[in-house]
Amino acid sequence: MNPSRISKLFARCRAENEPALIAYITAGDPSLERTVSLVEAMELGGADLIELGVPFSDPIADGPVIMRATERALANGASLAGVLEVARKIRERSQIPILLFSYLNPLLSYGFERLAKDAVAAGVDGILMTDASVEEAGKFVPVVRAAGLDTVFLAAPTSPMERLKRVAEFSSGFVYLVSRTGVTGVRDQVAGSAAELVEKMRSVTDLPLAVGFGIAKAADAAAVAKIADGVVVGSAFVRIIESCDGSPELESKLELFTRELKLGAKAGRA
Amino acid sequence: MITTSQPDSGGHFGPYGGRYVPEVLMNPLEELEQAYYAARQDPSFQAELASLLKDYAGRPTPLYFAKRLSETLGGAKIYIKREDLLHTGAHKINNALGQILLARRMGKKRIIAETGAGQHGVATATVCALFGMECVIYMGEEDMRRQRLNVFRMRLLGAKVTGVTSGSRTLKDAISEAMRDWVTNVGDTHYLLGSALGSHPYPLMVRDFHSCMGIEARAQILEKEGRLPDQVIACVGGGSNAIGIFHAFMPDAGVKLVGVEAGGRSLAPGEHAARFAGGSPGVLQGCFSYVLQNGDGQISLTHSVSAGLDYAMIGPEHAFLADQGRAEYVPCSDADALSAAQTLARTEGLIPALESAHGVAEALRRAPAAKGEIFIVNLSGRGDKDIDIYRENLKELDEPESN
Repeated sequence: MNPSRISKLFARCRAENEPALIAYITAGDPSLERTVSLVEAMELGGADLIELGVPFSDPIADGPVIMRATERALANGASLAGVLEVARKIRERSQIPILLFSYLNPLLSYGFERLAKDAVAAGVDGILMTDASVEEAGKFVPVVRAAGLDTVFLAAPTSPMERLKRVAEFSSGFVYLVSRTGVTGVRDQVAGSAAELVEKMRSVTDLPLAVGFGIAKAADAAAVAKIADGVVVGSAFVRIIESCDGSPELESKLELFTRELKLGAKAGRA
Repeated sequence: MITTSQPDSGGHFGPYGGRYVPEVLMNPLEELEQAYYAARQDPSFQAELASLLKDYAGRPTPLYFAKRLSETLGGAKIYIKREDLLHTGAHKINNALGQILLARRMGKKRIIAETGAGQHGVATATVCALFGMECVIYMGEEDMRRQRLNVFRMRLLGAKVTGVTSGSRTLKDAISEAMRDWVTNVGDTHYLLGSALGSHPYPLMVRDFHSCMGIEARAQILEKEGRLPDQVIACVGGGSNAIGIFHAFMPDAGVKLVGVEAGGRSLAPGEHAARFAGGSPGVLQGCFSYVLQNGDGQISLTHSVSAGLDYAMIGPEHAFLADQGRAEYVPCSDADALSAAQTLARTEGLIPALESAHGVAEALRRAPAAKGEIFIVNLSGRGDKDIDIYRENLKELDEPESN
């Protein structure tokens, strides 16, 4: 099988000593159509990979910012089928890697066989399941992988070595390291637990490692870029989307903020 | 027919249960499981729990023959398991005592819990007071409004009650908020989950801590009647009181186990919380089981006059028992529950919790055609907390001229 867009991205980043900037966005906030142009703006600003958030009614791992985005998206009628349509529209004009970022239930409801087929057709590159441990999600991995999609799993500061090994085994493309215990959301400082987790994970896998949770500004991105292959930013983007309330300036603001983060991340490698 | 039900090593009852949580919580759940298995085998833990259940909570509770009610219905003999007499007014204290001992054993300093009707919140606040632990209770704002008395009781006991404003502002949203707290403070905090729900080991552990109800009731009916009952009936929200009273009867193939779900205003979507009447298997809040959801896998809003039954998912062991045909599950409407509560009050002098009134209603429905049968109904809680709702719904009794 050919290397995936996600693998190619990290291979290029490693070759050029450049950190990958991974941008999360809740699909459907403020609308599914708008999500397409917001992703384009983030790509223009320097985002290297898009995490396309599938809204779910009961997002137990999310803080207030993404919870509110989810509520807005669902109120606007967003569904997994709509999110796949967004992916397809992004793919029409861009080769940016797209990772579906979802709670398990909407995926289960859609059906994994059907999802794998439709996601590939839409140009999606991988799937991350927020509330699915490797033990429970393991059975879906072969179906998803057979279709040519990557499966990205989370590793946490609370995960002992045996669990980190299992997370790495089930992951492809990259591994997403949660910088601290807690829900998604902006924090003043990136947790020190991130460095320790990166070190432990490096000892068990050669997969690229991305760090997320609580990364909100250029200085955070720099700190993370020093230790990891990728920097994930979520709530900070969603906060801008919320504060702009659909105004026409939203795209330019997102692009500008993405550029700041990317410059920050690059500065971390300088 | 199955005669026992134990989860596999991953906490699955058949396909149901398991651990569907963010990775951050996986190791804490594994540690909780290990601590619980060790405590379960530890005679000193069991002795301390038994002593608290007896001297503090008031176990064993009586099994009472409801003679006038039975005669009025003219069919089955109805026995009532009097969990309403337990300290704090409901069965929830059984599990709260078990888990607080476990939390202390694990060195946790802080306890969080969700509550719907407030009975689990009150039980948790009570045991936290008893053991001097910090206590935070998450409760949907809609439930805080419906159960004001219990909010006050929790605060009187020293707990902090945090209102939850997301979603439908009921039990489901309170659980999500408690999980967010736990994911953040998992180092020093124990999540004292109050129903046979959530991720392994909770459904197993909560069931075990409540199994005393069934063990007592089985021995009591054998003593009083010299035989086993024909039917054991209990209301089912998450399903802790039902699984607690069912379990000892599981090997007794002749004993029908009947769970009663909230039928709400009607069985139209959003109007009820009857998971077996409109739900399908899915994942919510750490668990795979029957859940009310729409075609996109979004969890549906629910309604019940009873806050404790107003939840979109049923505990995984109940889903397994339903699949296996070992237990049957039926809905009971708000109106029937309210009416059954009045009948029980007027024939036996027992005002049931609105949750328990659903079980009573099903017994009233079945009894006339069941001459010669013996029923046990779990009266899981008393109705003091529901007086405001009874007043709202039975306005004819609340007029100056009412008699």
